[in-house]
Amino acid sequence: MRALFSRWALDSGFILALLALSAFGVAMIYSTGQLNVPSPVVEGVWIRQLVWFAFGLTAFTIISRISSNWIEWASVPAYVLAVVLLAVTLVVGTGRGTAAGVTSFLQFGGFQFQPAEVAKIATILALARLMASRLEAPGHGSRRSWQLTDVIGPSALVGLPLVLVLLQPDLGTAMAFVGILMAVLFWSGIPLTYLFLLVSPAIALVVSFNTWLFSAYMVALIGLLYLRRSRLYTFEYVAVLVFNLAVGTVARLLWDSLAPYQQNRVLVFLDPGLDPQQAGYHLVQSKVAIGSGGLTGKGFTLGTQKRFNFLPEQHTDFIFAVIGEEFGFVGTLLVLSGFSYVLFRLIRMATGTGNHFASFVLFGIFGAWITHVFVNTGMTVGLVPVTGIPLPFISYGGSFLLMCWVAAALAVRVARQN
Amino acid sequence: MNQFQVPGPEASQRARIAVVGLIALFAVLTVAFFRLQVLEANTYELRSESNRLRPFPIEAPRGAVFDRSGRVVASSVPGYSLHVFPSSASGVMETTLERLQSYVDLDDARIEVLLERARREPYQPLLVDGDADFDLVSTLEEHRAELPNVVVRMDPKRQYQAARAVSHLMGYVGEVTAEELEQERYSEYSSGMTVGKEGVERQYEARLQGKRGLRYSEVDALGRVVSSPFGQVVQAPEPGVDMQLNLDLDLMEWIHHIFPDSMRGAVVVLNVEDGGVLALYSAPTFDPNSFVGGIEPDEWASLNSDPDQPLFNRAVVGRYAPGSTWKLAVAAIGLQLGLVEAHEHMSRGCTGGMFVGNRLFRCWDEAGHGSLDLVEAIQHSCNVYFYQLGLRIGLERLLANANEMGFARQCGIDLPRESPGVFPSDLGFWEERFGYRAQETEVLSLAIGQGPNDQTPLGIAQFYLAMARGGQAPAPRILQGDEAGDTWDIGISPEHGEILMEGLRRVFMPGGTGYMSSVEHWELMGKSGTAQNAQDPDRSHAWFAAMAGPRGGQPEVVVVVLVELGESGSIVAAPLAAKSADYFLRKRYGIPTDTIQTLGEHLLTGTPAPWAIW
Repeated sequence: MRALFSRWALDSGFILALLALSAFGVAMIYSTGQLNVPSPVVEGVWIRQLVWFAFGLTAFTIISRISSNWIEWASVPAYVLAVVLLAVTLVVGTGRGTAAGVTSFLQFGGFQFQPAEVAKIATILALARLMASRLEAPGHGSRRSWQLTDVIGPSALVGLPLVLVLLQPDLGTAMAFVGILMAVLFWSGIPLTYLFLLVSPAIALVVSFNTWLFSAYMVALIGLLYLRRSRLYTFEYVAVLVFNLAVGTVARLLWDSLAPYQQNRVLVFLDPGLDPQQAGYHLVQSKVAIGSGGLTGKGFTLGTQKRFNFLPEQHTDFIFAVIGEEFGFVGTLLVLSGFSYVLFRLIRMATGTGNHFASFVLFGIFGAWITHVFVNTGMTVGLVPVTGIPLPFISYGGSFLLMCWVAAALAVRVARQN
Repeated sequence: MNQFQVPGPEASQRARIAVVGLIALFAVLTVAFFRLQVLEANTYELRSESNRLRPFPIEAPRGAVFDRSGRVVASSVPGYSLHVFPSSASGVMETTLERLQSYVDLDDARIEVLLERARREPYQPLLVDGDADFDLVSTLEEHRAELPNVVVRMDPKRQYQAARAVSHLMGYVGEVTAEELEQERYSEYSSGMTVGKEGVERQYEARLQGKRGLRYSEVDALGRVVSSPFGQVVQAPEPGVDMQLNLDLDLMEWIHHIFPDSMRGAVVVLNVEDGGVLALYSAPTFDPNSFVGGIEPDEWASLNSDPDQPLFNRAVVGRYAPGSTWKLAVAAIGLQLGLVEAHEHMSRGCTGGMFVGNRLFRCWDEAGHGSLDLVEAIQHSCNVYFYQLGLRIGLERLLANANEMGFARQCGIDLPRESPGVFPSDLGFWEERFGYRAQETEVLSLAIGQGPNDQTPLGIAQFYLAMARGGQAPAPRILQGDEAGDTWDIGISPEHGEILMEGLRRVFMPGGTGYMSSVEHWELMGKSGTAQNAQDPDRSHAWFAAMAGPRGGQPEVVVVVLVELGESGSIVAAPLAAKSADYFLRKRYGIPTDTIQTLGEHLLTGTPAPWAIW
């Protein structure tokens, strides 16, 4: 029996943890339907999640049997297809539920799915193939060292779908793409200084709202560039500075171009007490739910914040608040441990494989999932701004759960490739 | 620089960094959740409780009100009120009220008013209909799904027996207004409470109100009550205190029945024994039950725009020239000053009027009364006699003595808004009020109860009450067992009082103005009055002030009737007074009541009137 399971799962511990998380997710979605103000919309969704869970396992079974070479081969067409789908979504996509103004779903008959979820996996595969081919390309022998310009290719590959997702707009999923890029670049052995220089414009964006802070940051940046001058071409040096300055100065303009609700979310992140009835409402109610759960929680299905509808999006983005309310600190710790284990296993699989493509795929998945988990759970307690980003394997969402299992299948499949 | 290889030393290093980063990230999360769920759990538990539990008041039933024999005048019965529960989501209130329009009579203006109130008190349930009937309640129950935040609450509501008869005495109840809430009197009240607006309801508000209870109900994020609509009672309401009045509800109904529908006026019946108010009626009347749970705006508008002013309490607030009913005061002053004796004739007999200077002052009877003494002058209400008596007293002395008796005062009845009498305090009054110096002839008007002398029917009743009691009267009391003691001394000696009573007795004897209103079983005394007024120069107000008791005994009740523009005190007002007194005394002495009571009615119907002397 055990042998049978391990033959099916390929990586027993990893898959066992994911099965537990998924099953727990279905149970929690059932709980979110147990309300004192019956809501027919949420009441039965756990059954749909259960069906999607079955689809997910089926997909896992099939994909984990596909040849790794075939997967590597398919990565480029998959990427192209995903980008096309994302572009199509921008034109004919539909919103759903509360996010009616957002165009993130494609509809086929009665079936809706989010192309961004497909794009995430396709991008991971394509990026892994790109990185692996760079490492193995002839002429780029062992003496060839990393240049800052080497980040341009991978960044462009991830940037294209990222921008398309950002245009929907779906900030949460866009962040997952950033996570993928950073994780894969990190795994490619690129000097950490380069990674820092890559994200430096983002830091410039954040600090640009305070003139003194921005000035101090720019001085520090120039200092760092000076120390690393021997490894940088002059044009790289200048490009980093120009980018930082440009981003820092246009930040205001960019801020003004944000939708009011997005501005609100950022502001509320900085000061949650700002307007508890409006934008800060989600965060405040989420914190009340989690905090009132205490050490051991209020019990399965018994969360009052949830029962009386104080929690928004409780079966999707804020499901972790329900976990915190009903199972307390013990529950949150267990779920976080589960995710830690899964992520740890991904690192282990990446180091254990001799195949570059495989290890980049694993780190890509690692980057996507760690972003999802950290941003999703972090926002429920106010560590990061409230962003519409689901919790892998647990949040309600058919195509999302399916794609999580597809990713899991790819992970165990390529990890076996030697 | 080494090429990155998997597996390889650099890969192992990167993996270690990744693991450390992973641990750091989850450590940050763990610390954040630990702070929230362990260190600050108590704070958040409290917040989650206060999030979902909201206090709601439970209305206390108002105290019941009984009449002197224990008949229920006003009681509290279960009523249904319709509320919309508050919602923080915008537009929910508006939509709910619009949907309610198909079941409840709500126009757009009313919705505006309700929304304004919802904005002012965003966490209070919004009262939409304070007196929903059972049919509406069951209809709404059927359509619960589309009206999720409409809640029907069972609250006690006021109900009046013989509502139209007791309207002015009992007053009515209504929701406390924003202006009232700012007053000291309502400092402990809060919005949505029902308070007495007029009459006994207002006067004894503090006793009748009771104390609101409190319950906690669970609400959801939209403020909708989601648990049992009755919630968890933490404090039961205390009902208001019951009250017994001096009122005789049967008598009130009888008066309401006999008072002509088309006429305006007032009837006051006082108990001679203690000054208790047996009846207090004002016509036209209204239905105080229609105020329960909020009066319909158009009904309110029509009550206020009605030229007959049905909300105006003519018995206590209305002021009228007392006419000949006031001749008793003039006679009392004359006797007191020693200017006239019981059987003294005036120098001029009545020829239907008399000249003072070159102006003719008329008597009401153009045929004239001939030469009369004081008692006969009261019996016939002869103006010419009282003109001469007035001239003897003189304007200044009349003012001084009448003020000493007290005709610019309040009776002190336990009802709100009582008007004081209007009477000139001295000669300066004319200059102040009319801008000219008072002439001696002013006394002629005053002597027959005209001129700048306006009294409430209640005030005249108290004057006659004092006479019936030998000179002193307590304040008229509505509430039983709450005697105020004598508060008014008209300063009349027993001998003089007897003379006046003889005059009043003769009014019901042949030739007297009240003879046609005499009744079989009781000795009636009284005085008619026909007062000219500014309302209509051709039609006078009709007054009758009566006392009645068993034959040969003391008077037991005082009845004052005023009929606006009734033209004749003796023809219109006297029978009403006699019939009221007769009804009450028959009931008191166990004689079956009859609708044919007065001599006039016996004559009209051809029934024998054995007491009649021809």
